[in-house]
Amino acid sequence: MKRLIAGVIAAMAINGSAQAADVMRMAVTTSFNNSGLADVLLPEIAKDLDLEVQLLVVGTGQAIKLGQAGDVDAILVHSLKAEEAFVEGGYGTHRTEVMYNDFVFIGPQDDPARISDADAATSALAAIAEAKASFVSRGDDSGTHKKELSLWQGAGLNPAEFGDWYNAVGAGMGAALNTASGMPAYIMSDRASWLNFGNKGDLALLYAGDPVLFNQYAYLPVNPEMHGHVKNDLALKLEGWLTSDRAKALINDYKINGETLFVFNANDKE
Amino acid sequence: MDLFPMTATKIESRRRGQQLVGPIDLTLGGQGITVVIGPNGAGKTTLLQLLHGTARLSSGKIEWACSTEEARHHQAFVFQRPVMLRRTVLENLIYPLRLRGVTKPNAEERAREWAGRVGLTPMLARTATVLSGGEQQKLALVRALICEPKLLFLDEPCAALDGRAIREIEEILQRARASGTRMLLSTHDLGQARRLADDVLFLLGGRVHEAAPANVFFHGPETAQARAFLRGDIVE
Amino acid sequence: MVDIWSGITQAFWLVLSLDFELVEIAGRSLYVTLTALVIACLIALPLAALVAVKRFRARRAVIAVMNALMGLPPVVVGLIVYVVLSRSGPLGVFGLLFTPAAMIVAQVIIIVPLIASIAHQSIRDLWQEYHDLLISMNVTQTQKVKTLLWDSRRALLTAALAGFGRGIGEVGAIMIVGGNIDHATRVLTTAIALETGKGEFALALALGFILIGLAVAVNLAIHWLGQTEREGRW
Repeated sequence: MKRLIAGVIAAMAINGSAQAADVMRMAVTTSFNNSGLADVLLPEIAKDLDLEVQLLVVGTGQAIKLGQAGDVDAILVHSLKAEEAFVEGGYGTHRTEVMYNDFVFIGPQDDPARISDADAATSALAAIAEAKASFVSRGDDSGTHKKELSLWQGAGLNPAEFGDWYNAVGAGMGAALNTASGMPAYIMSDRASWLNFGNKGDLALLYAGDPVLFNQYAYLPVNPEMHGHVKNDLALKLEGWLTSDRAKALINDYKINGETLFVFNANDKE
Repeated sequence: MDLFPMTATKIESRRRGQQLVGPIDLTLGGQGITVVIGPNGAGKTTLLQLLHGTARLSSGKIEWACSTEEARHHQAFVFQRPVMLRRTVLENLIYPLRLRGVTKPNAEERAREWAGRVGLTPMLARTATVLSGGEQQKLALVRALICEPKLLFLDEPCAALDGRAIREIEEILQRARASGTRMLLSTHDLGQARRLADDVLFLLGGRVHEAAPANVFFHGPETAQARAFLRGDIVE
Repeated sequence: MVDIWSGITQAFWLVLSLDFELVEIAGRSLYVTLTALVIACLIALPLAALVAVKRFRARRAVIAVMNALMGLPPVVVGLIVYVVLSRSGPLGVFGLLFTPAAMIVAQVIIIVPLIASIAHQSIRDLWQEYHDLLISMNVTQTQKVKTLLWDSRRALLTAALAGFGRGIGEVGAIMIVGGNIDHATRVLTTAIALETGKGEFALALALGFILIGLAVAVNLAIHWLGQTEREGRW
């Protein structure tokens, strides 16, 4: 009996090995992962390309850092300025747009700042600031956070001057939503993460649709000239797949509760 | 491989400016039991430790017929309070043998033999720490004898024991003397001293006040302090 | 409150059905922490014994540092290991980042001071007890260390189990150096963090209860294998 238990423990300690022949690492943002799209795409990629893609789910800032350090083979983020700087700095070979989703404003159901009546994203934020209603910000230098800051700027407001009603939590999308749910507070989230979020509590989707809230995702392979060990061939293979009709079908068909989340737009500009 | 004669020349032990023992000149031959007696604080324990090598000499030297390292290898020490290893009685007994590279089966056989001689056989599988004081001291003594040391030090071995235990220990010591083990034993018990001693060292204030063969010392000590001590007076 | 109850029931069903993902994650948790524990003991125990018996000038400082390192924030250890193992870092050539190996390295660093400190104290106490006897018997340094380690085994086991507990429940460091990659470096604690972040509290709680159960099971198994609490043996 002793030996049986020792054997079971030993067996559990042995790791299963990767099934696919090739393995690459990609840093993606929390908003992408929380949407659940990755769980749909990854198995298809494994099937079609015999490629296992290991995802590191981090904020945009950390994803960029990982790419710069050469700890991943490619990154998938949504922050145009940071992406351009990445390519400019020689860390990435090029930037390929893949798809976009949109940001939405979430808040307590009774909507104390009346943002559901707003005519623009910036007006909605101005209303929140005016009412000094509780607001949760990502505060983590992520793509979502940078977007939020640009919107405040567009409304002519400076977050550095805000009072206690503005809470910068320095966390990923899910954690920030948790905090907003607990308070309750307003928060800007990407639609996918919101739809997939399991702790909505008193929160509801109050405002969406302003084109300025569109959120473009781009794929950037890490530059092999900067880091010789990165699997650039695999990264390019994946890029080919992500811009293919196959990916288009999978992405456009991905729905939560009947709502489409992402719109495939690779090759649109060519 | 003979240790004796051992010659200690002007040995002293000082701690924090205080003279604990010495200067002492001493010669030990290879036979019998030398009993060290004297009032508390006379330095009996320190003297034994100096000769054994577990206390450092402040000055003077100790010479053996062989090298000091060899000499240390053939000695053993029994403490006033027995130090038990947290293991079974059997494992305690084989420990010194295993240290010297004796194989486990051989060591266990020897241990069982010795245990049988002193009546420890029923306790062999028990943890040593649960034994009574007398049994522990017997165990400590046998553990010291099992390597067949040429010189055995005993520091007031029966101080905490009852009459029956004392008798059993003394029996073992008599047998050890008969098989040629040289012993240096300090004691408080004058009766024990009379029973065991071949010769006597009377310590007073860290120095050897009188040294004589046993029959001489006990029938007619030379110094007044020795006489007083034998009478049972307090001697300072 | 509802979450806790549904967490318990979810845990029950996950275990009963031997959910594949659960087995994979739980197995990896055990693999990482048990490996780290073995390596840490091989480092910490002889270290503790040596510091207990050897007299050297910096001894007091070494002991103080060893004790202080018990309070090392795991997330800081994670960051440092991350920077060192990153491709841009000094040991980047080994490509260890984001693998279970990196997680093991981080956990070893975290639990060695804990095991060493607890072990050191017991060994020191035992050395006080054995000192006169072992010196009189002329033991070599190696024999001294072996004797003390063996006779302190009960306390050393406690030290090791303390290290195990610290390791199995750790999340900060292994999140950073492991990356919580699905099917590669995800373990129970990082999965709990992930599910919590998704707002899936019931599932997170379920995983939490399973983690606790696992830790208890390992402790029981080790005590049973070692036959502690058996009269006369330990």
